[in-house]
This record gives sequence, structure tokens and C-alpha cells, in this order.
Amino acid sequence: MDAMLAPVAELLGPAWLPVWTLVKILLIVLPLMIAVAYLTYAERKVIGYMQVRLGPNRVGPFGLLQPIADGIKLLMKEIVIPSGANKGLFLLGPVLVIAPALAAWAVFPFTDTLVLADLNAGLLYVLAITSMGVYGVVIAGWASNSKYAFLGAMRSAAQIVAYEIAMGFALVGVLLAARSLNLVEIVQGQAGGFWHWYFLPLFPLFLVYLISGVAETNRLPFDVAEGESEIVAGFHVEYSGMAFAIFFLAEYANMILIAGLTSVMFLGGWLSPLPFLPDGLPWILAKMGFVLFLFLWFRATFPRYRYDQIMRLGWKVFIPVTLVWIVVVAAAMQTPLGHLFH
Amino acid sequence: MDFKDLVFYGLAAILLLAGLRVITSRNPVHSALSLVLAFFTAAGLWLLLQAEFLAITLVLVYIGAVMVLFMFVVMMLDINTEEMRRGFWSYLPAGLLVGGLMVAEMLLVLRAGDWDLPEPAALSAGYSNTKALGRLLYTEYVYAFELAAVLLLVAMIAAIVLTHRKRSGNKQMQAGLQVKVRREDRIRLVNLKPQKPETGSDTDAGG
Repeated sequence: MDAMLAPVAELLGPAWLPVWTLVKILLIVLPLMIAVAYLTYAERKVIGYMQVRLGPNRVGPFGLLQPIADGIKLLMKEIVIPSGANKGLFLLGPVLVIAPALAAWAVFPFTDTLVLADLNAGLLYVLAITSMGVYGVVIAGWASNSKYAFLGAMRSAAQIVAYEIAMGFALVGVLLAARSLNLVEIVQGQAGGFWHWYFLPLFPLFLVYLISGVAETNRLPFDVAEGESEIVAGFHVEYSGMAFAIFFLAEYANMILIAGLTSVMFLGGWLSPLPFLPDGLPWILAKMGFVLFLFLWFRATFPRYRYDQIMRLGWKVFIPVTLVWIVVVAAAMQTPLGHLFH
Repeated sequence: MDFKDLVFYGLAAILLLAGLRVITSRNPVHSALSLVLAFFTAAGLWLLLQAEFLAITLVLVYIGAVMVLFMFVVMMLDINTEEMRRGFWSYLPAGLLVGGLMVAEMLLVLRAGDWDLPEPAALSAGYSNTKALGRLLYTEYVYAFELAAVLLLVAMIAAIVLTHRKRSGNKQMQAGLQVKVRREDRIRLVNLKPQKPETGSDTDAGG
């Protein structure tokens, strides 16, 4: 690959590095956008079958062109800006939601060589970038100048802050086990078959991370930020057309990101479950697909949580569980049983 | 001037502008957002110095947690800026005095040191900023570090104790009790014999 590109690199000279990086970014973002589009299709189909319906089946064979039709519809619609809204911030909101959802992919290791930026502190970078997503939601809710949007933003901010702490602590357990903040090294620390993956020694943290991931992306059963039956649609009630579509894109991009991070941290990333099978990209895609299916399954199965119960689960159950398990892992590592944890 | 200098001046200009907007904008939400931008650019400056751990922690802690709570509070306030600015001229001399003193102190400190530092040595390939910092914090400065941690804990508990008021007549849900409930506690199944309605009492229902 590098040998093939060498003549092009020579031609462009110093401009080669930014150009090549931009190409790589496009190679991540474009498939991601297609994945988002077809995740919405998969969601409607999966939930449809779970509820003994057919789901979308009119546009194209098996309804496969449905997401494209939806996208075109949203593009054609007018973006309405409420007259009392804070115009600049109103338009900034969707941008601040989608930007972290895309930027976090910079350090994501698809395989040990297929990674855009192999940072030393990759795990910290992911935590820092994803923690900024809440601003978009809060600003969108505030700038809309609408009570429903504002209530949705308040709910969302409190919920995201609470579950971010639990997620962060769950990842502290991973970095204890891997002894590294580098995502590639974290996956390499899980080599040697599925019984070496971190979901086994860190099982409580795995559960906490997975459930907090659902809460963090405002998905059912934790979608009180939208709560159609209570506050219409929450923070994005005043948005229409493409501005609304960007919130939608960001939510699904975040879902895929959480699925990817769960695969990297707890399910061995690109490693194969059995040592004699070859490792590679298909494994991590399959694992992400599995976690995404769990997300859809949760949505079809559970009723929406009550708000105070969400807060209780985050602060009074998950955070203590992660704290206890971090101490357990850290202490066990000093004993002869330590090899079980990494 | 190489590329790095260009980035530095760009970030520095944004940082100063954002800092100015924090104190000059009329809307407190705009001020808070400008402060977020200032933190973000400061993190960028630290990245230029290859202090990636500090930079990412600044984003994680200040932007991801502290400023979110700030926004949370500021958004709910209904501040009348006219009223806030009424006493501006009478407060100005005192403010200028405090500000001037701070500038003087900073100048004294900054001029005392020797700032003609040599270029830092190039870092080896396997160098990890995080590891170096962690090792230093937990060996050489462990007591200072623990002391700071305890201080923060005390401050946190104090803040909770000072502001927490127990209201009387406050109804609360006991999640433990709710979970413990069994069907038998709430429902009593009664075995009723089937009964025939008395004839004659509802004869006019069909009419």
C-alpha cells in the first residue's frame, strides 16, 4: 500500500501529509455515515420483527432504500428558526453535538495498524471528547427558548453527567487491567482467546459500561431527555429539517461509537475468539454489530425508566459498584491471583 | 516563523479573545461558553508543549464536568444585566486597585525567574507523559498529593453539610422497600362461589 502511494506522495511534497490524513478521515466518516443510515433501517426492521410487524418494506427491495429516502426528505425540508430563539447558538447546537461524535473516532483502533492516530493517552482522549457532547444538547435546549426544550436539556445534562462518571470509573478498571491508556495496547493485552477478554475479570464493570452507554446516548429505556409523552421531544423539539437530522445522526454515531468502545475495552477488539482463527477487521465489526443489536433489543423490550430511578441507578448503584470493583481489581493484582486480571 | 509558532499565535489570539468575551458579553450564558472556548484553547496550547496528559485532563475536568454544572446554573438564572451594571462606576476604583495589585505581583514573580531556558531535550519514542507524571505524583510528592485529596474531600463534605436542608413532611420513595414487595403483600385472592343473580330484580333492564 505504502509503495503504491509513494509516487503520489512525491508529487505532492509537503502537502502530502494533510492530504493523506484528510483521505483517511473521509475513509472513516463516509462508512460511518452509511452505517448510521442503515442502523436506522436495522432498528426499524429488528423492532418490527420483535413486535411481529414487517418494518419498512416499500422503498426498494426489502425497503433497503428507505434510509436514503428519509435523508432526502429531511434535506428538502425547511429549517425553521423560532423568532424568540438565540439564532447563533440555535445553529451551533447541532454542530456541537455531531463534532465530538465524529472526533472521537480519531483514536479508534479498527486493527493494530488501521488507526488514524495511535495516541498514548487514547482512552483519556475518548473520555474527554465524548464528555463535550453534552454542550450541544444543553445549548440546543436553551437557545430554542422553549420550555419543553429547556426541560429536556436539563434532564439530559443531569443524566449525562451522572452516567459519565460511572463510565469513566468502568474504564479505570480497564486501564488497571491493561496497564496502558493506549487503545491498541488495551486490545493486545486481551490476546489469546475469548477467556482472556476483559469482560470476564471485569464483568461488573462491563455491565455498568454497557448500561451507562445506553443512558449516555439517551436511548430507550433511558430516553427521558426526549420523553415524547411528557415533553414532546425534549431538547430538539424546535428543530426541523437537516438541523434535526444532525441530532439524529449524532445519536446513532454515538451508539456506534459506544458499541465500538465496548468491543475494544471488553470484547477483545479485532482479536478472534479462538486462538487458532485469524484476527482482523471482521471480528471487531461483528462485535460492534452484536452490541448494537443489544441496544435495539433493549429498546424493544424495556419500558422507559422513571427519572428519579435513572438518577438513583447512576449515582447510588453504578458508581459504588465500579468503585468497589476497582479496589477489588487493584488489590487482587498484588496477590498471586493477579494474573487472572490481565 | 515555523508552523508551530503560527499555531501558537493563533491559539493565543483565540484564548485572549475568549477571555475578553467572558467579562464583556452581556449574556451570562455567552460568558460561560466563552470560558469553555478559553479552556479548550488553553488545552491546545498545552498540547503544543507536548503535555498531552494535562491538556486532556483540562478538557475532561473543566469542560466536561465543571463548566457543564456552571452552564446548568447560569441557564436557570434570570439575570437583569442593567441592574447588575448599575453600580459599575462606584465599584471601579476598588476593582482597579485589586487588579493593579495582582498585575504588580505577577510581574514581580515573572521577572524574578530566569526565563532564558534552553530548548527541552527531544523525548524518546516510548516516553509516556502520563506514566512520568503518575510516577512523580505517587512517589516523590505522595504526601502533598494525598493532602490535597483529603482537603478536597473535606471541602466537598463541608459544602454538602452547609447547604443541605432537611425539609419536614418530605415524602420519599424507598427503592429497597419497593423492590422487596411481593404479590402476596398487595393482592389477596378470594375464592368466590359463582352466584346466580336474583330473578325479578332486573326485569325492567330489557324494557
